[in-house]
Amino acid sequence: MNAINSGASKKRLPLKEKYRHLTRGLHWDTTYQPMNKVFPHAAYEGIKIHDWDKWEDPFRLTMDAYWKFQAEKERKLYAVLDTFAQNNGQTNFTDARYVNTMKLFLTGVSPLEYMAHRGFGHAGRQMAGVGPRVACQMQSLDELRHVQTQIHTMSHLNKYFSGFHEFPHLHSRMWYLSVPKSFFDDAVTAGPFEFMTAIGFSFEYVLTNLLFVPFMSGAAYNGDMATMTFGFSAQSDEARHMTLGLEVIKFMLEQDEQNVPIVQKWIDKWFWRGHRMLGLVAMMMDYMLPKRIMSWKEAWSMYFTEAGGALFADLARYGIRLPKYAEVATAEADHISHQNWAIFYQYTHAAGFHTWLPSDEEMDWLSAKYPDTFDKYYRPRFDLWREMEKEGKRFYNMGLPQLCSTCQIPMGYTEPGDPTSIAFRSSKYNGDTYHFCSDGCKDIFDNEPEKFSQAWLPVHQIFQGNCGGATMEDVLKWYKLDGDNMDYAQSLDKKMWDEWQAGKNRVSG
Amino acid sequence: MSIVSITLQNNDDARPIIAAILADNPKAELSNFPAMVKINAEGELIVNRETVEDKLGRPWDVQEIHLSLISLSGNIDEDDDRLRLFWRA
Repeated sequence: MNAINSGASKKRLPLKEKYRHLTRGLHWDTTYQPMNKVFPHAAYEGIKIHDWDKWEDPFRLTMDAYWKFQAEKERKLYAVLDTFAQNNGQTNFTDARYVNTMKLFLTGVSPLEYMAHRGFGHAGRQMAGVGPRVACQMQSLDELRHVQTQIHTMSHLNKYFSGFHEFPHLHSRMWYLSVPKSFFDDAVTAGPFEFMTAIGFSFEYVLTNLLFVPFMSGAAYNGDMATMTFGFSAQSDEARHMTLGLEVIKFMLEQDEQNVPIVQKWIDKWFWRGHRMLGLVAMMMDYMLPKRIMSWKEAWSMYFTEAGGALFADLARYGIRLPKYAEVATAEADHISHQNWAIFYQYTHAAGFHTWLPSDEEMDWLSAKYPDTFDKYYRPRFDLWREMEKEGKRFYNMGLPQLCSTCQIPMGYTEPGDPTSIAFRSSKYNGDTYHFCSDGCKDIFDNEPEKFSQAWLPVHQIFQGNCGGATMEDVLKWYKLDGDNMDYAQSLDKKMWDEWQAGKNRVSG
Repeated sequence: MSIVSITLQNNDDARPIIAAILADNPKAELSNFPAMVKINAEGELIVNRETVEDKLGRPWDVQEIHLSLISLSGNIDEDDDRLRLFWRA
């Protein structure tokens, strides 16, 4: 830490003045070309900005401070990663089942960090004010740092465990990874203000705590020092990203009253899209962490109901309300992790990580955390599947599921208020019928059918013959799965883990 | 009033900041999680440079908090002497 302060002379400029020099002193209006040609995307979404000078980054981070702090974060992070590898930290995990959460992270989340790097580079370029442009540039650099540090961290796990070796290949092909991929592709192909609302505000500010905090606190709890460290290193940038997201929203709302309905519609869309995608995290928290931090329902209550409630109360002065279907999402917190894990259990043969049935102790934990739903709707299903396993009839779903045309998740979710009926919605567009898992997803499609009717839906692509062939075996080969799928109990991961544990107990010498 | 919150790493760099927050914000409530702490307070929460320096025993730049921050909830205002988190409703 002394490195931070060395050379900190008392004569330096106050923070506010330094920030003003960077964000006002470096800007000029162009004269060879009109400003609207230099920033061609700034107006077409209908957002009206009258005075870019009203923008103020509350952290007032300048480039010199940015490089200094980021360098310090990297030094600390790489010291830990190196130590972790040298000390064979992977042998100290609670259980090798834990590693499956990291497979989900590297294949599903890290590629989004890279897309965020590109997205903020693009959105920042289109901001005609230098304040948000600088903030977007910093975030773009942060996101590149995140994807790099995540790949570095997990390259070590790839030496030992399955499921890591084809992550970029899988991200663009694997059926469930089309959920996060299509989410981000939707965002980066939107205009700059929608992108900022989607990623900066709805994802970073409203929902990111639900992704990173449980993952990283979960890593710490399950003996994964390397992941905890890259996670918190990334999350230290995240606080700045959240603030950028909130400032962009306030800035748009303060600039012109006509921006309010446009922004509200984006908030509605991106809240629901984010909620659907985070169902994967819900499953990770409730089923995949051997030692659990809190349930998905508790996390939702803390980070959405409480923190999101405070946020939207603050924004009410502009005429902004809670996202549409927020109450549906809150009610779904009682169900979503159980329904998602059941989908992955049935399709374990086609997944890039291992699955298992919860143990008795784990089911009791789920009963305690979900007193209104687990014993009534979900325990009986797991009990039945356990019986079937015992009889040598482990249940595999060999049909291909219908997918929601918006979120791309198999249509396995139930009706609001009726957990024994599957929810189906549909819309007609240009003579075709499109299917949806929920009212939220149907609304999003109906607002932009030109965009969503072009979606690359994995099951459709398999049926069209674009995924390696007509049989399950052909498709799995096209995914490049190689011992990465099926149940944990029969996996090479478990075999290796058991040998490590036996080695620990063996008398030395 | 709504709750503002700040989440910090539970490590040696952050402990003086946590102590300073608890000293300066009588309404602050601390919760422990694996590897991190979350501090909630009603309406407003302030991190004062002077208090952190006092706990730390050396000069401290308010922006150093970026090395320990995990998450926050609230509007932000930062200058050379303090970081303030607040809701307006």
